[in-house]
Amino acid sequence: MSALKIFVPGDSAALAMGSNKVARAVMVEAERRGIEIEIVRNGSRGMFWLEPLVEVQTPHGRIGYAPVSVADVAGLFDAAFLEGGEHALRIGKPEDHPFMLRQTRLTFARVGIVDPLSIEDYVAHSGLQGLQRALEIGPAATLEEITKSGLRGRGGAGFPTGIKWKTVADAKADQKYVVCNADEGDSGTFADRMIMEGDPMALIEGMAICAFAVGATKGFIYSRSEYPHANVKFERALRIVRANGGLGPGAFGPDTMFDIELRIGAGAYVCGEETALLESLEGKRGVVRAKPPLPAHKGLFGKPTVINNVLSLATVPAIMNMGADRYAHFGMGRSRGTMPIQLAGNIKFGGLFETAFGVSLGELVNEIGGGSATGRPMRAVQVGGPLGAYFPPALFDTPFDYEAFAARDGLIGHGGVVVFDDSVDMLEQARFAMEFCAIESCGKCTPCRIGSTRAAETIDKIARGERPDANITLVEDLCRTMKMGSLCALGGFTPYPVLSALKHFPEDFARAPRVAAE
Amino acid sequence: MTNQVIKWDASIAREIIAAHAHLDGAALPILHAVQDAFGFVSDDALPLIADALNISRADIYGVVTFYHDFRRAPPGRCVVKVCRAEACQSMGGREAAAALLADRKLDWGETSADGALTIEAVYCLGFCAVAPAAMIDGEPLGRANAARLIAAVSEGAS
Repeated sequence: MSALKIFVPGDSAALAMGSNKVARAVMVEAERRGIEIEIVRNGSRGMFWLEPLVEVQTPHGRIGYAPVSVADVAGLFDAAFLEGGEHALRIGKPEDHPFMLRQTRLTFARVGIVDPLSIEDYVAHSGLQGLQRALEIGPAATLEEITKSGLRGRGGAGFPTGIKWKTVADAKADQKYVVCNADEGDSGTFADRMIMEGDPMALIEGMAICAFAVGATKGFIYSRSEYPHANVKFERALRIVRANGGLGPGAFGPDTMFDIELRIGAGAYVCGEETALLESLEGKRGVVRAKPPLPAHKGLFGKPTVINNVLSLATVPAIMNMGADRYAHFGMGRSRGTMPIQLAGNIKFGGLFETAFGVSLGELVNEIGGGSATGRPMRAVQVGGPLGAYFPPALFDTPFDYEAFAARDGLIGHGGVVVFDDSVDMLEQARFAMEFCAIESCGKCTPCRIGSTRAAETIDKIARGERPDANITLVEDLCRTMKMGSLCALGGFTPYPVLSALKHFPEDFARAPRVAAE
Repeated sequence: MTNQVIKWDASIAREIIAAHAHLDGAALPILHAVQDAFGFVSDDALPLIADALNISRADIYGVVTFYHDFRRAPPGRCVVKVCRAEACQSMGGREAAAALLADRKLDWGETSADGALTIEAVYCLGFCAVAPAAMIDGEPLGRANAARLIAAVSEGAS
């Protein structure tokens, strides 16, 4: 008889809640009782309030117990949890949890389910079928399929992926590159990390399909130093796939070549901007490049380069597998397919929620997210990371859609949703946006480099009650200059959180002048 | 992931640099490898890297000073990274960080006089659904409110 399988997530968020200790405790307790078990370190299902979520494989499917602490382990064995026995922490089948039932998991279909480092598991869950189909239909038809799917860049800019790929495919060059942007620096986002830790082979397959379609032989993935566990896992996945012939010479058949190298950034937020990322990959300061030329024409080392976000590339195998039409059937307007939305911050049920575009912000934070974690009324929700706007409850009817958010001076960015309760001081949040821009500015454009510092100082004056009206006008003017005069989204979009705070929460900026001492 | 670092040694540094110099755009991989080995990037490493990559010392100085990660001085035996970004702010991260800094009488980026502890600011560790977030010698800590953070740091830096 094979050993009983127990799943204890190795995802960083699960580790942060103590899953390593729980895994060890389960192993020790099983040994003590003379039970042979196999512990699989799966990714997370994305229900982080339930981590560590321990699952056992039973004849009736996987049964979850959550959240498990070390102190619960002996009791779980007593309750015969290995057979799915009753226990206060038993949550039933994780896939039947209401949070999961409401989702449409295409990009995240395997995350939390498979052993991330098992090719057998990957193949058993439809892995490699997308690449096989691409190899069968050829590069041109693959490009056509991605274009037809309506997939847009999930990093934030929302540029049509098919058009980007076609541009690189049409470029004539002795060397082309595929670069995966895994520099997931937005606060409130963790979807890229979850893919790298929970289904790294999907990302490798997506990069391979892209390379095959555009004629690239070399891929780079640029990850973050803040993600040490994801990097270790992804590097191991690369080695396993390479050892199995999926990367390296002959990756796409005789006389073909494709390999991927993992590179790690060094704490610079601006390197998430694609041209700064390319500079950094080249071993330089992460300073933004002027466009044109586009990376598709002159990218890494001056060669035609596809640069896509993790989520865009990890979705590609699913699209190739299910077909463009079925993928495009999900969504609304020009936002096709699904978006892995990340519910974070002061929210009761925080986690990864993948759903078709079109769900409203209010539905996300109230019905799905369950309201604030503190139980206090929600006051503001920042969507799209540090460059995203703060929305008040009055805008909770906004559907999750690139255009709908833009129409309300916001952006969906990389899909991060950060909830704040009524204790938030929106002046302080506006000041932080400018401070962050000042810290992270690459320094190339004056509006970003100096404007952010001046704006932070001016907001300090407003906080002290110094000529608030005149200083608010000055901040708005600085925001306009940054928006119009910055090369990239860092300087160009930092005004979003600031202006939205001013617009929707003006009461926080009406400070009484501080009485001077004496 | 503990900070098992060795004392600065130019000949070991040369070996580390040589092992990575063949990579395309090798500067960051080299700087990471040097910092992983010694805990920081010594000024003495810069001319060695410049030579190996055939770039000027000014170039490599520009690179090493651009990125927040690279330390120019040895860190404490325990390195704590505390997230200062929005999702953590929404869960009282500012207060937790302030309490830790006050408890240890340190400011951001400082190392304690006994060399036991360095506290660094970081912007997003990617477990924002269990905020506030911190990382102690590379190990993630979620729901890091003041009490949990101070206790975990005491354990890590003991």
